Amino acid sequence: MSTPRLVALLLACGTAHAAGPNLGQPLTHAELAAWNIHVLPDGTNLPKGTGTSAQGASVYAQKCAHCHGEAGKGAVSAALVGAPPIKSIDATKTIANFWPYPTTLFDFIRRSMPWQAPRSLSDDEVYALTAYILAQNKLIGENDVMNAETLPKVKMPNRDGFTPRFPNLMPPRSGRDL
Amino acid sequence: MEKFQPVAGNGLLDRRAFLRGGAALAAAVTGYARAEPLAEAPWSKEPGELVPAYGTPSKFEKAAVRTLSNPKGEPRTSHARTPHQLLQGTATPNGLHFTISHAGNADIDPAQHRLAIHGLVKRALVFTPETLSRYPLVSRFAFVECGGNSAPLFSPEPIQATVQAIHGLASCAEWTGVPLATLLEETGVDAKAKWVIAEGADSPHLSRSVPLEKILDDAMVALYQNSERVMPGQGYPMRLLLPGWEGNMNVKWLRRLELTEQPAMSYYESRTYAPILPSGKAYQFYFIQEVKSFITQPSVGFGMKGPGFYEISGIAYSGNGRITKVMVSADAGKTWAEAALQEPVMSKSFTRFRIPWQWNGGPAVLQSRAWDALGNVQPTRAEIVAQRGVASRVPPPTAFPSQHYNAITSWAIDANGSVRHVYA
Repeated sequence: MSTPRLVALLLACGTAHAAGPNLGQPLTHAELAAWNIHVLPDGTNLPKGTGTSAQGASVYAQKCAHCHGEAGKGAVSAALVGAPPIKSIDATKTIANFWPYPTTLFDFIRRSMPWQAPRSLSDDEVYALTAYILAQNKLIGENDVMNAETLPKVKMPNRDGFTPRFPNLMPPRSGRDL
Repeated sequence: MEKFQPVAGNGLLDRRAFLRGGAALAAAVTGYARAEPLAEAPWSKEPGELVPAYGTPSKFEKAAVRTLSNPKGEPRTSHARTPHQLLQGTATPNGLHFTISHAGNADIDPAQHRLAIHGLVKRALVFTPETLSRYPLVSRFAFVECGGNSAPLFSPEPIQATVQAIHGLASCAEWTGVPLATLLEETGVDAKAKWVIAEGADSPHLSRSVPLEKILDDAMVALYQNSERVMPGQGYPMRLLLPGWEGNMNVKWLRRLELTEQPAMSYYESRTYAPILPSGKAYQFYFIQEVKSFITQPSVGFGMKGPGFYEISGIAYSGNGRITKVMVSADAGKTWAEAALQEPVMSKSFTRFRIPWQWNGGPAVLQSRAWDALGNVQPTRAEIVAQRGVASRVPPPTAFPSQHYNAITSWAIDANGSVRHVYA
């Protein structure tokens, strides 16, 4: 895509509705709320709520251990605890040895887990499970509270372990430093 | 008979030999065995089967099906691989298009489905499949390839598996839908927007971040696949189509596009489709499915019928544009001959290549190598191993020790006609 095309589009949009079919219906923030679940690495769009590792342990035992094993040790589904060193290209990727952002953990649990019943957890339960998994991995303290303020500040060990394949295709960084 | 002289080692013939006179070629390169007397067959002596409302292939083609990695629907990803060794041409039949579903195929009532576009836009809008079908539509061919396709080739030893098992997570179709640039003209785009986060309505709510430039360049909300509605395994009633880009980013069951300043760093982009490099770092945001080709006929499982004439045929494609050249070797890369490219050759689509071959019955190693319109050349195995490494152990054929393997594939044919996968 040429940058001039993007500029032209932005200019066209600045004035009035484009002369297209215009068959979409306006959507308000409130109408979107149930779907608006993307959490960004800087914490944007994290919901209200809070959870601790102790609270997460009981949710985990009830809703997660069946697939991920006792204390996140793994069963039919992947282990959630542990950080084996990355010594080969086919090394096992774990939350503690690979995942660069703590927000991804919250986002993924909320959108995709439990596998049999996603979107059934409350935001508090998602914060609690996030706290439990991070604490089991010793990435936060046992008594640390996870919420919209604290979660994005958790430093993941492999945060700087990545590089884009084609840097020229990456959009420029925004003002906010991730 | 000069035109039937080999143009490269081990019996490769000029790609234009057929165009100059196929009958003469056949006579020149094969001896005719005496035929059986012809007779009326049973199906020629009574009326045939009822004509069905929706046709299916002949019962004699039962082998032409996808292979399934998770046939019982256990709580994990399901893969269905395209049987390239049994197909010709470039358009993958819809029932044979590869599918990867992370929690089954969502069963969506189109009347209830919505596509929301919001975030850094002037006007957030929501669309139904019915309203999108009223927009000016465009059609284009495009391949879709999983970022993990061909991953068995990262094995330190060649895995003995078919081209379906090794390269079956790539397919090609004609897609029809609404260009996203059209829809974003109606929502307007905030000058701060740099990414578009796409989300599916499947139970994992799969999400991927796409640079806005790609969305405005050639992305489409695809509603039709090879002229019929997009199949459930491809995201019915609509999918994001990003021609030439990593399959997982072509979000199926598309329900939401959010324009943002930052990428989401979703599970699939920050973790799953982030291949580890030998240095221990990992690529994140690979985006492009790079130039690749492989021979589909003959390949593992192909029954060579003794020395004589064979056509070598395969598929080439590049996420960077059109295929410009495919070279084929029958002697493990010592000598090469240019294959014929079936017209039309379309950007970011499967291109069928073919070259005639006179097999002398001796050992041969068949390879293909493709070039694209940006001048990219398919790497050799040695080149990709040097850059990307190999797995620490031989993985199961269905495992993904790494991703984005696009180097040359080699099929060895031995004197009894069996075909093996080799590294050469």
